[in-house]
Order: sequence, then structure tokens, then C-alpha cells
Amino acid sequence: MSKVLMKGNEAIAEAAIRAGCRYFFGYPITPQNEIPAYMARQLPKVGGTFLQAESEIAAINMVYGAAGAGARVMTSSSSPGISLKQEGISYIAGAQLPCVIVNIVRGGPGLGGIQPAQSDYFQAVKGGGHGDYQLIVYAPATVQEAADVTQKAFAIADQYRMPVMILGDGMLGQMMEPVDFHEEVSTATEKPWATTGCDGSRPINVVNSLYINAAALEKVIQSMFERYAIIKEKEVQVEEYRCDDAEIIIAAYGTTSRIARSVIEDARGKGVRVGMIRPITVWPFPEKIFEHYASQEQVKAFLTVEMSMGQMVEDVRLSVNGKKPVYFTGRTGGMVPTPKQIMGEIEKIMGGKK
Amino acid sequence: MSIVFEKTKGLTDKATHYCPGCTHGIVHRLVAESLEELEILDQAIGVASVGCSVFTYEYFNCDMQQAAHGRAPAVATGIKRVLPENIVFTYQGDGDLASIGVAEIIHAAARGENITVIFINNAIYGMTGGQMAPTTLLGQVTATSPFGRDQSIAGYPIKIAEMLATLDGAAFIERVSTHDVKSIRGAKKAIKRAFENQVQKKGFSLIEVLSTCPTNWGLSPAEAMIWLQDKMIPVYPLGIKKEAQ
Repeated sequence: MSKVLMKGNEAIAEAAIRAGCRYFFGYPITPQNEIPAYMARQLPKVGGTFLQAESEIAAINMVYGAAGAGARVMTSSSSPGISLKQEGISYIAGAQLPCVIVNIVRGGPGLGGIQPAQSDYFQAVKGGGHGDYQLIVYAPATVQEAADVTQKAFAIADQYRMPVMILGDGMLGQMMEPVDFHEEVSTATEKPWATTGCDGSRPINVVNSLYINAAALEKVIQSMFERYAIIKEKEVQVEEYRCDDAEIIIAAYGTTSRIARSVIEDARGKGVRVGMIRPITVWPFPEKIFEHYASQEQVKAFLTVEMSMGQMVEDVRLSVNGKKPVYFTGRTGGMVPTPKQIMGEIEKIMGGKK
Repeated sequence: MSIVFEKTKGLTDKATHYCPGCTHGIVHRLVAESLEELEILDQAIGVASVGCSVFTYEYFNCDMQQAAHGRAPAVATGIKRVLPENIVFTYQGDGDLASIGVAEIIHAAARGENITVIFINNAIYGMTGGQMAPTTLLGQVTATSPFGRDQSIAGYPIKIAEMLATLDGAAFIERVSTHDVKSIRGAKKAIKRAFENQVQKKGFSLIEVLSTCPTNWGLSPAEAMIWLQDKMIPVYPLGIKKEAQ
């Protein structure tokens, strides 16, 4: 199939449609407005329904209803809107419903800014909403990868009965790159638990997250975490770039990893063997890959680079578990780290100044 | 011996948890009977809200979804857009619908969602122990208006039926009561009509049902019926507020 030049946001929307998503509920917020606009134009053409909700809160609750009714459904927003959705996401997780949520991250906290950031990592992987639950979180770095993970996300959500998040950022959402899409998935997952009207032919179905009996609630959560354990075994996606002989390993995801990649060439030209571990799923986190390289003799240190004050760095530290030093550099508020900044940190590490 | 009355198939066998004299029991029956009589129980999908009626997902004998506080109209919208031929209804109290959920109900009505909303107005928050509701009357003593609702601090009660009737998207809005046999019959008629409207795809129907909360009003069940009639109806007049052609 030949590639098309598409904006990241639009590629995500098209990928969702190719995956059989026929319902989208959203609300305008910069820098993801191309997603609802694309869905508004394209979903009716494939017999789907687009609805602009009155708020991000209403939108996520429409997603809950549609998901409970058995549909493949998506919403998208950006940081402040994702904060609004946290209650709804917790309910969707607690009711064990599948759906896809796209966060095109912008500077925060508060109204923040509209430039790209990675400061919603904690919110995405450490809860966000209340209670014991996880999301599967994909962090694509190119428009093609964004399309790939989005197209995969719906089947994954259906399989594991949980919300899946696509964690992008304003740069990825706005940039245009060549992309092609996989063949459209025609088989949807069976959902015998969905509320479709019992039709007199089966017992009634209830979609619910309330368990007033604490022992019952504990059992439900434990069963969810048994699924999460399977996900941690099977669904990790990570890129190891030039790590085999690396002395310094950069940990970066999304847009930041693209900048890091160019630094690696530069550093190797200067005689420093740098590699990169690039999580593509930030949950499940590629702990074992970090553990492996932390145990390698030639690895001197890890350098985490993020567009935040340092969030993923904590998970890197947990995985490295004290075996090697873990450093951090970044920018925040919508500012983007430069290759020069990253190279400077590498030189400091190598020069023993850290 | 012939059967002259039996429990509706629209209710499960689960014993309800409501207080003695609570009109939730009556209204649940009216809703369930309407679904059964219209032969739509098998196509029905109800959305439970948060309040004393949080457990309606155990009481109504049809597919049910539990919604977050105030969000039932949005959840119902999601369901109805996926399954337009099913009968989708919400059952909400005054905190759920008139306080936290006021945006969701207005916009579901404005969009003309073809759903049925049963709105229980008992002028107080029951489940959480008797706090002030947006529908609490001026001067009414509650856990959070212990000196009586004072308009200079806490403003005025909201008249949902009249307010939603201003929306073009609303097809049928009626306020009914449950304080005596005659009003209960009227409530049944209105509720059944609100479901019939959905079957006939007439659009958004909401029935505001004036209800009692003897426990939190500090009255006996019988006194509570009288209080509803004497105090609530003057503030919340009964009748059809909107009837689209």
C-alpha cells in the first residue's frame, strides 16, 4: 500500500476507523482538534456516529455507555481535558470496559500551555483516576507508529477489557509524516457481557463498578490485576537502539526519543558509545530490558530525557534498582530539549562531573 | 380464584433497601409496570445513578449500567447512539440530576436524545444523610442548612421541569406527585407516556416525580405525604410543562 502524508492527529483518527471504531465522543481542546474534526467528517461515511459532547466529562461518560453497549469507541483530548476524564476513566476501568483514550499532551499544570510536553506520564501510568487500576499506555514516536498502536489498541482493549491510552504530544499530533495503514480488521470481539437488551433470551447484564461488599470488591480488583500480570508478560513493546555496546543508555519516549536518536550519532562520532532504550508501551514498562542493561559491565550510566520535570525517570530508577546511576535532563512547560543540551549532559557524565 | 394483582416482571426479587414510607418503592413499581405493559422490558437498558437509588441495577429486571454521579444522561446517550432501537432510561435523584449532573441533563434534552428520564425530586440528599439539595425549599432545615435554607447564603431552589421545558430539544416534560392514590395514578400515566414516546421516537421525555424522604425530613411517612402536598407543590406545580407536537 502506498504511503500518504498525514498529520499525526488525523492518522490516529484514521487508524481508529480502520480498527472498526464507529463511535467517537469528544470535545475541542488544542492541540488535538483535528481528531474530532476528522471523526466528524469520516465516521458518518462508514455508518458511524460522531458526537461533540458538552464537556470532556460528558464525552468520557458517553464512551462508558457505548463501551458497555458493546461498541468500539474512542475519545481524545489534551492534558486539562484528560484531567476532567479521570473519574470516567476510573469508572470504565472498574466496570472492566474496553475503550481507547487519546491524550495529545500539552504543557501543564493548570491551563498551562499549548506546546508539546510529556508531563502527564504519572497521570497515565500511575493511576490518574482514583482506585487500584492500570491502563495500557502506548507512547508512539512517529506518525506511522501512532497509527500502528492506535489500530492495535481496540483489539487489545477488547481482549483485556480495559481502557487503553495513546499518549502522544502536541508535536506528534501536529507534524505530518508518511503513513500507511494495515488491512481493516473485520472481526470484532464477542462481548456476551454487553448491555444490549436481554431480549428474553439470557439473564440480565449489569455494567457496574460498585461493590458495596468489600470482600467482593477485593476479588474483582484481584482478578483485574491477574490480567495485568499477563499484560506485563505479553504486551511490552520497546525499542533497543544501539545498546549492545553502549556505555551510556538514554531512556526516552515519544518526541524526545527522536531528538535523542540524533544525539546518539553525534556522540558516537565523538567517541562516546551511546544507545537508547525507547519504551513504546510506558505501561507495561520494559523493566526487564532496563534490568538487563543495568547488569552489563560496559554500561556506565542511564540518562533519562523527558519533556517534564522528570516522571519516567522514577520508573527507570526502579528498574535499574541502584545498579548504575540514573541521570535526568529535560525541559518543561512546552519547551523541547535540544540535541546540544542532551550532548552536554552526556559529556558531563563522561567527564565525571556528575 | 383469579389473580387481580401481581408483582410486575419488571422488578427482580431482590428486596429493596429503602426506608419505610419512601416513595422510591412506588416509583420503581410504576416504571417497571410501564416497561412490562408496553412489552419493552426485554429491549430496555436502564442507567442507575448515585443516590438512594444507586442499587436500581439490582431492582429493575432489565440490562442495567451504573453511572457516575450526575452522568447518567451522558451514559444513556452513549448507549442510545449505539443501540437506537433499544429503550434507554435513566433514574435519577435531585442531587444527581439538578446539582452535579445539571450540564448532562440540559444537553441530553437540548440534543433531543430519544431517551426517558425519571427524575425523583424529594428536596433533599437522602443517601448521604440529609444534606441540602438544589431543590431544597427556602427555610427547609437540612444537614447543611441547619438554620433553614437562607436565600442570601444558598440561593433559591431550581425548577427543573420548567427549565428544561424551554429547550427545543425536549419533547415531553411533566411534573407529577406521589402523595396520594390520585397523584400516583397520574404519575403512572405520565411515566408510561414517557416510555411510549421513546417507542414512537418522539424524542426526549422527562418526568419529575415529587417524592418524600420521611427519614431526612424528620417526619413520619404519613406526615411526609402531607408535607409534600402542602409545601412542595406550591413551589413545584404539577402538570405538563412541554408537549411537542
